[in-house]
Amino acid sequence: MSVLKDTAQKALQTAISFVPDRWLPGAEPDPMRTKHGLIGAPVSRVDGPLKVEGKARFAAEVPYENMAYAALACSTISRGRIAALETAKAEAAPGVLLVMTYRNAPRMAPPPVMNSAPKAAGASDLPVMQDADIHWNGEPVALVLAETQEQADYAKSLIRVTYDLEPAITSFDVAKTRAHPPENILGEPSSIEFGDAEAALNGAAHRVDLMYRTPRYNHNAIELHAATVAWEGDKLTIHDATQMVNSTAWTVAQVFGLKEEQVRVLSPYVGGGFGGKCLWNHQILAAAASKLAGRPVRIALSREEVFRIVGGRTTTEQRVAIGAKPDGTLAALIHTGVAAMTTHNSCPEQFTFPARHLYAADTLKVAQDVADMDMVANTFMRAPGESIGTFALECAVDELAETMQLDPIELRRRIEPEKDPTTGHAFSSRNLIEAYRRGAEKFGWDKRDPTPRARRKGEWLIGMGCATATYPYYRMPGGAARIRLTREGRAIVSTAVHEMGMGTSTVQQQHVAARLGMSFDAVTFEYGDSTLPAGSMAGGSSQTASISATIIAATEALTKELLKLAGNDSPLAGLKPDQVEARNGGLCKRDEPDRFESYASILGRSQRQEVTCEASGPLPLEAQKYSMHSYGAQFCEMRVNMVTGETRVSRFLGSFDTGRILNSMTATSQFKGGIIMGLGLALTEETNFDARFGRIMNPSLAEYHVPVHMDVPRIDVIWNDIPDPHSPLGAHGIGEIGITGVGAAVANAVYNATGKRVRELPITLDKLL
Amino acid sequence: MHCTINGNRTEMVIDPRTSLLDFLRDHLGLTGTKKGCNQGACGACTVLVDGERINACLAFAVQYQGRSITTVEGLSRGGALHPLQQAFIKHDGFQCGYCTPGQLCSAIAMANEIERGIPSFVTKNLSTETALLDHDELRERMSGNLCRCGAYNGIVEAISETFAKEPA
Amino acid sequence: MNPFDYLQADNASNAVKLASAAAAGKYLGGGTNLVDLMRETVERPDTLVDVTDLSRRIEARPDGSVMIGAAVKNTALAADRTVRRNFPLLSRAILAGASGQIRNMATVGGNILQRTRCTYFYDEASRCNKRDPGRGCDAIDGFNRYHAILGASPSCVATHPSDMCVALAALDAIVHLEGPEGVRMLKLVDLHRLPGGRPDIETELRPHELITDVELPALSFAARSTYRKVRDRASYAFALVSVAAALDLGDDGNVKDVRVALGGVAHKPWRALKMEAALRGRAATEVNFRAAAEGELSDAAGLRDNAFNRTRQADDRCRPR
Repeated sequence: MSVLKDTAQKALQTAISFVPDRWLPGAEPDPMRTKHGLIGAPVSRVDGPLKVEGKARFAAEVPYENMAYAALACSTISRGRIAALETAKAEAAPGVLLVMTYRNAPRMAPPPVMNSAPKAAGASDLPVMQDADIHWNGEPVALVLAETQEQADYAKSLIRVTYDLEPAITSFDVAKTRAHPPENILGEPSSIEFGDAEAALNGAAHRVDLMYRTPRYNHNAIELHAATVAWEGDKLTIHDATQMVNSTAWTVAQVFGLKEEQVRVLSPYVGGGFGGKCLWNHQILAAAASKLAGRPVRIALSREEVFRIVGGRTTTEQRVAIGAKPDGTLAALIHTGVAAMTTHNSCPEQFTFPARHLYAADTLKVAQDVADMDMVANTFMRAPGESIGTFALECAVDELAETMQLDPIELRRRIEPEKDPTTGHAFSSRNLIEAYRRGAEKFGWDKRDPTPRARRKGEWLIGMGCATATYPYYRMPGGAARIRLTREGRAIVSTAVHEMGMGTSTVQQQHVAARLGMSFDAVTFEYGDSTLPAGSMAGGSSQTASISATIIAATEALTKELLKLAGNDSPLAGLKPDQVEARNGGLCKRDEPDRFESYASILGRSQRQEVTCEASGPLPLEAQKYSMHSYGAQFCEMRVNMVTGETRVSRFLGSFDTGRILNSMTATSQFKGGIIMGLGLALTEETNFDARFGRIMNPSLAEYHVPVHMDVPRIDVIWNDIPDPHSPLGAHGIGEIGITGVGAAVANAVYNATGKRVRELPITLDKLL
Repeated sequence: MHCTINGNRTEMVIDPRTSLLDFLRDHLGLTGTKKGCNQGACGACTVLVDGERINACLAFAVQYQGRSITTVEGLSRGGALHPLQQAFIKHDGFQCGYCTPGQLCSAIAMANEIERGIPSFVTKNLSTETALLDHDELRERMSGNLCRCGAYNGIVEAISETFAKEPA
Repeated sequence: MNPFDYLQADNASNAVKLASAAAAGKYLGGGTNLVDLMRETVERPDTLVDVTDLSRRIEARPDGSVMIGAAVKNTALAADRTVRRNFPLLSRAILAGASGQIRNMATVGGNILQRTRCTYFYDEASRCNKRDPGRGCDAIDGFNRYHAILGASPSCVATHPSDMCVALAALDAIVHLEGPEGVRMLKLVDLHRLPGGRPDIETELRPHELITDVELPALSFAARSTYRKVRDRASYAFALVSVAAALDLGDDGNVKDVRVALGGVAHKPWRALKMEAALRGRAATEVNFRAAAEGELSDAAGLRDNAFNRTRQADDRCRPR
């Protein structure tokens, strides 16, 4: 996201005044934006049969002859230097091929950190096993390579390391006393202020001024991070579990001093990502060890190692203060705070982003700082910033509504802005209040008693809460798609994108089928391979819009090419691309459907077996011109046990405003998945970071509590389905919006049930006693 | 030393440290069974041993000689998907698909446990001989299978449709 | 994981012989805890003697007692008709633990001997007197939400994680043992130790002693019993606190007899004898239950993260159903 903004923002803003674009005003709307057909239909996943048969092959499952297996030894201190490193016993253990440490690892450049260059993918820019320095508790200090995994694991346990300790900052309480503003936050300023918000707050008729705290979280995709790597001469192949094949290839190339083309990254299936499946130490270490040993290497992290080596969502402390006038409009909105970060990564957790765009206020102050800590680089985790930022903001809005004795939905009606509060841009598509209206009706919001502790059944108190969901619209620049159309009537679309379960391949197959006027089964979607035309990373809920734009561009190129091939003997003779449309496996004149020729006929007459076109999507200028965001209204009904403080979510409904829905089945799953991760964020999940040692103390799925079946009720999901006139297909990405607002909807429901405001996540039972 | 895997007699020549999970995945190439935690906390490695579900990650393979093991690769019948596999597709009971093999094996054994009258923590009256497959029973009994994508609703619908006499 | 020899035993005497012959032999049941601990290198046996082929019999005797073979799987015990009817707290306690898969693997003997879930015990980087006697304890001032409020020592604040054992403690279960020096019996409540200065010694078992059976003495009113577990999610989590209770109510509404044990609060399954004594002969009212619970917890001491446990238990036990 910030890549786009950092490198292109200024240029774009200048360019925007004269560069016409499909999604900007005055352009002819894409007919596919509203046209029905398979787009929007609940088409079941194309990879469904493979996945239910266990035949989808993940990164740790790629076979190689002569494979060697890796195990990692990791540091047990947060900062210092390795004093002694005894590896002789491990080297002598059965089956061991080599023990790699900083002493014998190949010389490697540090990976360029994410956002420092368009394709930089490094989670941090620390050198990887190049010296004796330790930067975080859990940093790999040795890699054992052996004939079997059992042998590697055992040998690893024989390695002895001692350290010279150096003072480390492992307490957030200490770190935040030295907090400072980051250079920018994903390309946006770290603080924005208009008017004197503090003065307006003090003078406001109604006000709340509250502190919220959120803990560390880990993604915990069920697939463990893994890579299978092999060198062939100076060419490196990485079978990875990643959300960014192209960026990984480029970055690994920098590390090993190779050309980007010398590194091939494949990732056809990813067993859950959520922001965590990026480039960490393990892929680089496996490639280095493979180079030393001259053998293919499999590295599969243990669950504990995932916690130690792969960062998660960082901890924050946030202040939200809101002042309202007697009529319910806002005099002041303040959202400030601090997030823990390291000095070597670039993920400041943009928790103030929602407050920049959600509500109208006379004065506004948003400012966020980072507190530098010695810890594994924190990273992007499903709706970084927005997930926990909406927790604070939307709890505070609920508290304000109560202070004003207003229904919280009514309050949101009164503070609905006409244009973007910070940029002043028009909204491309904003129907938040409609989402609230539809959600409230379906959920039965009118049955809520605003008085806390008013509903009770046996030992259980029952309450309802709601909150706003929001997430920005992003579209990545630089992607391309290739379409190969064959005389047999097949279309093969290729772009190096990712399928982590979002339904990418299914949705784009629907899209291409509709756009080329072909049947769903006649289309093949190729992805997950860095040798394909460069694709978007799977991040920032940007992939769908980004891919769609490239496919639209490639289809336009294909249409041009087909018209050229059709020549003068075709019923299409003389037509321009904007006069034709695709239908029934061919092209016809838009207003004269009988002037038609099939693709097979065009190709046959021109004696071609196939035609191939590749094109890049236009720059994402639409997001510079408009305020483009997704919205939603989250509704929760909680039961809280009066005796034990146990919480149960009895009902949940999400009502979304995310442009057009491209596949109602996979979209429902995406929304529900976000909501469920939000329930974990709200109620059960927390990474225990021991401030004394900087060490994560619950690095397991037994002690880090992701929601289980029993925690999850039937969840309702509805959407407005109003196309955004300024996005490809009228759609927005929806991978992240689902988790936003959930923490607040839960906390507000807990308050309505119990009369207790819990402002520190997760809301565990001890906080309710 | 041998065992039967998906109906095929299979020789076992292994390090005693090798888990049943690694034996399946690394030695036999049966990678349908997944590793998500390697400590019995996620259920992705669920396989059936003589029809009963276990976590293959906590099992030393040597302990299972002579036993009959069914993995996700052995669920389809004569090339056709098991009805539960079809129901998972129909109800979108997965996203990334990584926990899916474990969910499938677990659910099949769970349905059998209900058939045999084995109670669960939420069974109201333990002295009754029959167990129901209602919404709470199903969710409690499947709680050993984590799904981080959050496909729980679809999974429950798929299982209900396949096994319940009445909808859960 | 260390290399080890794998041996199978078809009877208890043979198992004891095999384990005694090894330098560092251990018995292997369902493996659901031991395998994990071996992977973490907390346990490093050189020989594993598989005892899952030992007795899997559940024998309901005419006098109302029940003999349970140590190799009986958790699922089989929870599903046993006699146990469900006459000792429902035991069924429910077992069903409250772990997952369906793990209950299918875990044995009764193994469940009793499972080790603490203290995360500092599991972590090689942390100080732990249980793993490395005399080195110190990082849990006392660390994350100790799941740690002991009763019977802890400055050496160790870990808790016993079993649900099943809480019910067994309430039921006065007797553990039958066989070792190199012959057979003997111990009450379950005497099997596990409080940590004191030697938290590494967790039970009264002698070297290579093997649990062969667990006996439930007859208890007429155990049919009126239950198990209540409070945890951090709705299922598949260790107890923050749990209660196994059986109640014998007289026609006059007074407590004729009662059995209560607590889980998740001590280094061993905690039999609440003070509370039982305070309740016998008293009216079964919320006030009396609360007072009895407060009495039991008069010695309870909270740490940084677990002081809440004291309040909740007191309240929770007021409601045996």
